[in-house]
Amino acid sequence: MSKIIDFRTDPSKYRHWRVEYAGEVATLYMDVDENAGLFEGYQLKLNSYDLGVDIELNDVVQRMRFEHPEVKVVVMKSGKDKVFCAGANIRMLGGASHAHKVNFCKFTNETRNTFEAAEADSGQRYMAAIKGACAGGGYELALACNYIMLTDDSSSNVSLPEVPLLAVLPGTGGLTRVTDKRKVRRDLADVFCSVEEGVKGKRAVDWRLVDEAVPNSKFDAVVTERAQEFAAGMTAKASSGIALGPLARSISENGSVAYSLVEAQVDRTSRRVTITLHGPDRPVPASTEALVAEGDQSWMLRLAREFEDLILHLRLNELEVGLWSFRTQGDPEAVLAHEAFLLANKDHWLANEILHYWKRTMKRVDVTSRSIATLVEHGSCFAGPLAELIWAGDRSYMMEDEFEGDNRPLAAIRLSEGNFGAYPMGNDITRLQTRFLAEPEHVEALKTQIGETLEADSARELGLVTYAFDDIDWEDEIRIFMEERVSFSPDAMTGMEANLRFAGPETMETRIFGRLTAWQNWIFIRPNATGPDGALQRYGTGVRGDYSMQRV
Amino acid sequence: MLDLINVSYDTLIPNNVGLSTDKRVLKALEKWHPGYINWWNDLIPDNFQKSLVYLRTAVSVDPKGWAKFDYVKMPEYRWGILLAPQVEGRTIPCGEHAGQPAWQEVPGEYRNMLKRLIVIQGDTEPASVEQQRFLGRTAPSLYDMRNLFQVNVEEGRHLWAMVYLLHKYFGADGREEADDLLLRQSGSDEAPRMLGAFNEETPDWLSFFMFTYFTDRDGKMQLESLAQSGFDPLSRTCRFMLTEEAHHMFVGETGVGRTIERTCQIMAENGIDDPYDIEKIRSFGVIDLPTIQKKLNLHYTLSLDLFGQEVSTNAANAFNSGVKGRYMESRIDDDHKLTNATYPVWDMVDGKLVRHEVPALTAINMRLRDDYSRDAAGGVGRWNKIIEKAGIAFEMKLPHEAFNRKIGVFANHTFNPEGNHISVAEFDKGVDEWLPNKADGDYIQSLMNPVYEPGVYASWIAPPKVGIDNKPGDFEYVKLHMA
Ligand SMILES: [Fe+2]
Ligand SMILES: [Fe+2]
Repeated sequence: MSKIIDFRTDPSKYRHWRVEYAGEVATLYMDVDENAGLFEGYQLKLNSYDLGVDIELNDVVQRMRFEHPEVKVVVMKSGKDKVFCAGANIRMLGGASHAHKVNFCKFTNETRNTFEAAEADSGQRYMAAIKGACAGGGYELALACNYIMLTDDSSSNVSLPEVPLLAVLPGTGGLTRVTDKRKVRRDLADVFCSVEEGVKGKRAVDWRLVDEAVPNSKFDAVVTERAQEFAAGMTAKASSGIALGPLARSISENGSVAYSLVEAQVDRTSRRVTITLHGPDRPVPASTEALVAEGDQSWMLRLAREFEDLILHLRLNELEVGLWSFRTQGDPEAVLAHEAFLLANKDHWLANEILHYWKRTMKRVDVTSRSIATLVEHGSCFAGPLAELIWAGDRSYMMEDEFEGDNRPLAAIRLSEGNFGAYPMGNDITRLQTRFLAEPEHVEALKTQIGETLEADSARELGLVTYAFDDIDWEDEIRIFMEERVSFSPDAMTGMEANLRFAGPETMETRIFGRLTAWQNWIFIRPNATGPDGALQRYGTGVRGDYSMQRV
Repeated sequence: MLDLINVSYDTLIPNNVGLSTDKRVLKALEKWHPGYINWWNDLIPDNFQKSLVYLRTAVSVDPKGWAKFDYVKMPEYRWGILLAPQVEGRTIPCGEHAGQPAWQEVPGEYRNMLKRLIVIQGDTEPASVEQQRFLGRTAPSLYDMRNLFQVNVEEGRHLWAMVYLLHKYFGADGREEADDLLLRQSGSDEAPRMLGAFNEETPDWLSFFMFTYFTDRDGKMQLESLAQSGFDPLSRTCRFMLTEEAHHMFVGETGVGRTIERTCQIMAENGIDDPYDIEKIRSFGVIDLPTIQKKLNLHYTLSLDLFGQEVSTNAANAFNSGVKGRYMESRIDDDHKLTNATYPVWDMVDGKLVRHEVPALTAINMRLRDDYSRDAAGGVGRWNKIIEKAGIAFEMKLPHEAFNRKIGVFANHTFNPEGNHISVAEFDKGVDEWLPNKADGDYIQSLMNPVYEPGVYASWIAPPKVGIDNKPGDFEYVKLHMA
């Protein structure tokens, strides 16, 4: 591997963003350093972005929640004069491997989703104040904000020029949000998405592409006014937050990763990783004040941070490790107690943030293009929030009865109230609802099992695990399953898993990850976009892409 | 130290695989055992179960002396699990993994393919016992009855061999499949055996001999190709099964041979020169040679169908993955990968038979079938020697492989035994001369009267040249329990 992509950062390291905090309103400036691209070979001109820019944005959004709960409105602006944002950097895309492009898009999509959801989840509304050109991925940034303001200076505009210019899609939610969120009429959307030049001023408002176009002279004042108005309409949560300190981790030669609560044993030869999440190593905080005092060290927050970092790390840096197995070890009662404390205090801003953070982290698992097997072993603590890992897996295996020479407590699953609503998937229903789509009454019935110790026979009976094996079969069955799994085509696995994981209702989120992304990824491997004479390679040469004219 | 040559009797199940230290598999097999015993007891008529049969039981896998003979009641037979000794440093003989060390555990990637092959093989073993279950009642001699039961108990042991592999290497799935092997029944409407040929009853002893000669030989070829498997336990299991299989084919070959011999003898004694003087020949209670030829035609062609489609992707996958080899793979002088090799395969072009070259990888079935035909021709030659010696102008022949086929390129076309493409009308006209009809069957059936006196043989069959285990001619091979 050439270089490990590190998702850990903090404001002292930012090259591309800065935030001005002023009480309830924060202003987020995108000011990309064109010489600070993540890789060699391109300059991030005109506020264009690469993965490195997005890693910082993700950090900004996360810190906004935890470190600045006093902020109610975040105004996204450009730090440059004539341009809001030119979107993803084309040279970067042209030079990137297919796998990198796909991973890049997935991560940027997740980041857009998370600041879009910050209003509902965390009482933080993102609004975009657009001055200058706002093209492609730039407009997609704005689309994920819940209010869009455009200056009416007769040149500033919004556009999605990907199709005509680059022969790819506005794939970071663009097409989906235009129709599903902005509810732009489909024929107008068709016009909008097939022209290079954007739409400006009043027409942009008429077409619902922006919420407001404001005369240039008054723009800054009106933006401030709107931000104040929005802030006034939202309830205050807290006056100060907690600090998210640096995340300690070690990576060994063979790729294995260790944090305080999470460890990953990587086996590159057999293309598998075993990920262990540990139960609480500290007692339940006595009060919400104690929770705040624990800061970033409270168990579930630390677990979520470490787990999220690991997911991102493995996705980007261990491309051939195609099978992830989840296991847990620890005291299930303690897991339940920690979760119960947060659920009981979910009106408290920090408890609320931690629960939503676990939800988001689990969503990252759901859209991870790796085969996932959850191993419910003896001594494990698949309870409440950790039990979600079982149903996020493509399959689950559970130990049944005692194993020779193993005196750990028998494998058991414990359901909690949290499993019935606190951690919905992208389809907006719970993992249990998704799992038992045909039997909503079974999900209801499962509520009577909350807190029960469900050993293998009950877990299997209740449909909570795929297989339960005793001492005799366990090792062989797991080995054979894993060997078989990693022998399949990774592409077919990714496609199959992505399809099977999201039963049930379509949401904007499932449409972005399921439909938009899948089409984009297909286009990414087609010569019309990425071939030697395709649009991405020829971009900037003045010559158009040489397209095969066959409709497929 | 584990004794892997001599059979251990310290568990209920004799074995040379160290079962007493493999609690996991021992437990699974012991759980399966009662179901097997029930299957056996429900199958074979009761008076034979209680009879003492002079059987060989495997005591070692040493090719020089692996069996001992003694009287045993069949339900008490020690069905054991016997693998040929492990060959040090054995490698995968063919396909993309050729040259790598043979697998001692199931490779996850090929688990399902291996399981399917083992289940299909396993399904045929008890099937033939089911097909032959009533033959004891019409045995032409105690010698033949003993041979029937020997074949039966060994087919039972072959089932054990496959069940062992399923239990040992395929976990819960494997146990389920092993249970299903006892659930299916030859000829059942509910749950028939997997291959068509194993759902026909074996109605008479000539059919039994033909079956053991032709259909067991298909089994032999399948075992030969599985003996080449890169999955070592399967290879070792099949290698030992082959030593037993030889006896089954001996029973078939000598059975048909003795039938021919008796017919020739009667013809000579009564001055009949014309082998087609069927009525006269039959009047002496023997089976005329043309009818024997018809039986041969039927059983040979049914067995050819067991090889499946001439061009097969499944077979190609099995070979390429190293799960299954060719007949005598190690003695074939090529790259054992068949990267660019071709093989001639039958095809029909404009109503004519042609052989054309296809990628050899896809023609694995065709090649095995060709090997089979060559192998099957040997015994036919020896039968003709008997006829020749008697001075009768008649020659037994394997029909052309296009004749009477239901599977492969020849299916849905009509051919005569010489391999000429003929019309349906022509086929219907000739079929009575080529395949046994109802009258032939009725006649053979009329001869099926039991002979239970030591040293005495039914009218239609000659005694063997030598006894089993060198026993004298009047040896009581079965001490019948007559209740
Ligand atoms: Fe057999
Ligand atoms: Fe046999």
